[in-house]
Amino acid sequence: MGGAIVVVIVVAGFAAPLIAPYRPDAIDFARLLSPPSGAHLFGTDDSGRDVFSRTLYGLRVDLVVVLLVTYIPLPIGVVVGAVAGHVGGVVDAVVSRLTDIMISFPFIVLVIATVAIVGPGLTGVAIGIPLVSWALYARLARSQMLLLREQQFMLAATTLGFRRSRVIFRHGVPNLLRTCLVYSTVDIVLNLLVLAGLSYLGLGQQPPGAELGTIIAGGESNLLDAWWIATLPGLVLVLFGIGMGLLGDGLSDDETRSNP
Amino acid sequence: MIGYLVRRVGTSLLVLLGLVLATFLIVRLVPGDPVQALLGARATPQAVAQARQALGLEEPVLQQLWSYFVHLLTGDLGTSIPLQEPVSSAIGSRLAPSVLLIVYGLVVALVVGVPLAVVAALRPRGVVDHLVRFTTTFAFAMPTFWLGLMLALLFGLRLGWFPVSGYESGFGGVLRSLTLPAITLGLSLAVVVVRTLRTSLIDVMRTEYVEAARSRGMSTTRVVVRHALRNAVMPTITLLSVDIGFLIGGTVVIESVFRLPGLGTLLLSSVQRRDYPLIQAITLLAGAAVVVVGLCADLLQAVLDPRVRLGRS
Repeated sequence: MGGAIVVVIVVAGFAAPLIAPYRPDAIDFARLLSPPSGAHLFGTDDSGRDVFSRTLYGLRVDLVVVLLVTYIPLPIGVVVGAVAGHVGGVVDAVVSRLTDIMISFPFIVLVIATVAIVGPGLTGVAIGIPLVSWALYARLARSQMLLLREQQFMLAATTLGFRRSRVIFRHGVPNLLRTCLVYSTVDIVLNLLVLAGLSYLGLGQQPPGAELGTIIAGGESNLLDAWWIATLPGLVLVLFGIGMGLLGDGLSDDETRSNP
Repeated sequence: MIGYLVRRVGTSLLVLLGLVLATFLIVRLVPGDPVQALLGARATPQAVAQARQALGLEEPVLQQLWSYFVHLLTGDLGTSIPLQEPVSSAIGSRLAPSVLLIVYGLVVALVVGVPLAVVAALRPRGVVDHLVRFTTTFAFAMPTFWLGLMLALLFGLRLGWFPVSGYESGFGGVLRSLTLPAITLGLSLAVVVVRTLRTSLIDVMRTEYVEAARSRGMSTTRVVVRHALRNAVMPTITLLSVDIGFLIGGTVVIESVFRLPGLGTLLLSSVQRRDYPLIQAITLLAGAAVVVVGLCADLLQAVLDPRVRLGRS
């Protein structure tokens, strides 16, 4: 169920040029602010642009950015956390304090600070999110490694005289990866909300480029007489989040079933 | 207890020092010349030189860091160049709406979250539990700015119960103008409250002392309120203290939706004006608030629950 929702939305986003009935920037002055209908599923905005087409194209931008900012920091965090958890001592203390610092900043505030450095646009967001989220994965991988380290198979690998790198990456990491991947389903939703939120605030995707946050921001000035512009693209975001949530629940249920 | 206290305060100070260093780097990492970015390309050489002086960019980097640190210790956060005002007074005048919003949001989160967690935990995997689970999944997926706009549309514009923008004065005015923002903030936090409190309540309900209380014929209400909730509340307190960062982040977006004159909107306008001292100060304040609240929560827990302080020392 969750998987099906996610697949439909992802396919719809990536196939935007094939599915979308109009160009995302096609202006039609004959149909300004027309409500949802057969010709315009999500209605039109104050320039007569088709909101459904804009949502599809915006979805594509959101999905690409979100996949990048979620799955680039994941391996980095996993490697740092796994090594810190296994080696311990000074390395562990340094990594732990560093992750403490990154996590202490409210996520969105730090991303905004990064945007202040780099300048508004998707680049700032794409740098800012990984800057924090590697720390979340590092913390997760570290705590998993602390548990794994004491287990028989890990001790056996060490006793057999394998190099530490082999013990960590061949024996340890495969066992902690699943937890990190389950967490990434939550992380994707959080990152998507941050990305859309920053674009809404005018710090992410710059108009007239389509992105769900900017589309919703564009509908804000006509909220009362054209509710569909802000409401319907938002519902797509919510649907994607629910899909990912159900998918994540399914994955973690599988996990508890396979290691009771 | 003393050992635990010293260690916990020590790591917090270390993290605070890291925060200071990280915010110091904000201005220094701006590609090109931050002063040109701040004043624009047509600034006169005198204005540029003056701004460089004010931002303390003339000295060697290590000395800049040292004077940034010393100024912080004396409470001097620098001067905002576009506002022509000390950073501390600019922040001071915007602090109240943000803090009140967070407190109000927290109240909403508890009022909504605790009863839902209790009814869900009474029958795990029952109909109500599934219903609550679905509702929280839905609420978790909602972007805060979108939820805010929907509430503004429904309760502000359509029904006219609450103002949709601005900040009225007086107790009643503040309450009225903060209600929709606080509901927006509180609902997103209630998700966290429901999920953690439900899990820990289910664990507590299985313990022997709850069993004992039940077998003495106590009503479910009494068992939950007197015995279970008290013991299940600890993980929720810890989690709420961790989520203070999430709350602060939420206020940035929500203040902007409802046009509230708080620190979040100040941060955004500072980013647009490239007002680096203000950006630095607000970022540092937000990080420091997270560290301090986390420390207080841990110490509170150590005071209330001897297992915490004995277990770690």
